[in-house]
Amino acid sequence: MLNLVDVLLFFFLAVTALGLVRLRDLFAATMLLSLFSLLSAGLFIVMDAVDVAITEAAVGAGISTMLLLATLAITKRREKAPRREVELVPLMVVLVVGGALVWGTLEMPEYGDPDAPSQTSPMTRHFLEKSRDEVGAPNIVTSILASYRGYDTFGEATVIFTAAVGALMLLGGRRPKDARLTGSVLQPHNRQSLAGAGADEMQPKELHLNRILEVATKSLVPFIMMFGLYVQFHGDYGPGGGFQAGVIFATGVALYALVFGLTPAQRVLPPRLLEALLALGVFLFGAIGLWTMVLGGNFLEYGVLSDGPLHGQHLGILLVELAVGITVAAVMLALFFLFAGRGFCGPQRKR
Amino acid sequence: MGVTTLVLDVVGGLLLAAGSFVLLAAAVAIWRLPTFYTRIHAISVNDTLGPGLILLGLACRATHSWEILVKLGLILAFLLITGPVSSHALAKAAYRSGLEPRSYRRAKGGPPSTP
Repeated sequence: MLNLVDVLLFFFLAVTALGLVRLRDLFAATMLLSLFSLLSAGLFIVMDAVDVAITEAAVGAGISTMLLLATLAITKRREKAPRREVELVPLMVVLVVGGALVWGTLEMPEYGDPDAPSQTSPMTRHFLEKSRDEVGAPNIVTSILASYRGYDTFGEATVIFTAAVGALMLLGGRRPKDARLTGSVLQPHNRQSLAGAGADEMQPKELHLNRILEVATKSLVPFIMMFGLYVQFHGDYGPGGGFQAGVIFATGVALYALVFGLTPAQRVLPPRLLEALLALGVFLFGAIGLWTMVLGGNFLEYGVLSDGPLHGQHLGILLVELAVGITVAAVMLALFFLFAGRGFCGPQRKR
Repeated sequence: MGVTTLVLDVVGGLLLAAGSFVLLAAAVAIWRLPTFYTRIHAISVNDTLGPGLILLGLACRATHSWEILVKLGLILAFLLITGPVSSHALAKAAYRSGLEPRSYRRAKGGPPSTP
């Protein structure tokens, strides 16, 4: 059951993947990766998986592209040319594993098959029919994610937290001095002087090289953050939730940092605060779970949080999504600042 | 079906077709035009006009719900800002990283480029 849009999207996905394999220019490859994510998001939309589509668009096409670009600014732009001779053993391994994977897909249900196990499972039926009475959130995806499978989501938040801690330990080390520039940078006119510092011979009128970008960013960032909050707190009713909202919020701050430099952004969200926030989210999630146990329920059984079970569920989902949103936003921003602080768009960037 | 609905439907269809044509023209332009600046010139115009026309066409066909109209309007406003600005940023980044337009190179007596 394929329609034309599906076929086209899959075709473009395959072409993009092939292009990615062949490209040696890592900058272009990053752009293609972003395109790949956008195409996947389109496919998810066609499949009516809107929550996943938002995640894919925000994470894949948005912030991961930014992180990759930040990494590219530190490393080289071109991949080393591969050796030409054929290595027999790796080739065999690739062929065998690839063949096994293709063989495995033969067992999978057909695309859009109504008799697929995920459609006929009694759990699916239960979620679809009972979630309105048991959890009450109109968006069943959120009910499953935050309530039925709250423990899984707790695990995911912990995974993100652990990944960020690992990255911070590997790359962070001592806080770089320029990340907490004080004194002169805090003066209001200093940004211009910073801009001019690297380019004294420039004409004065060229000091505002990025004025158009600055104006556009200033007018867009509030709306991006507003949209992030909307996605965050509207997750019960429509597509969205903590993961997507956290990423969108982080993208807004990262966009600001890209245009105005790292220092002004870090004055609002200093690394120390981000480190506290990314722990706070996970802590809040776990604390809610323990609090429900104190109140006599099971771990993450939100029903006991308030008078009625539905009201308790509503409150629990709201808090848990908030916890996830805080963690995700803090992790994304911490990673971005970490990479960007190593010479990507720091204050000493050429302007 | 009332006359207004019919007219709106037809106008919406025409706008959608026009938007698709403009975007197709942009795709052809990337493929056919010789240099970076000529390409980005074509894209920056068409990339704003095409989605604008498509959104207007969609709005003509969604007059039954003001919520959809508001959302389409917001998307249009967003695209009207981001489209030109991103093209501008791209062109400026290219210029400042040393890619000169061809006519400049000729005027400065650089290597003659084939017309």
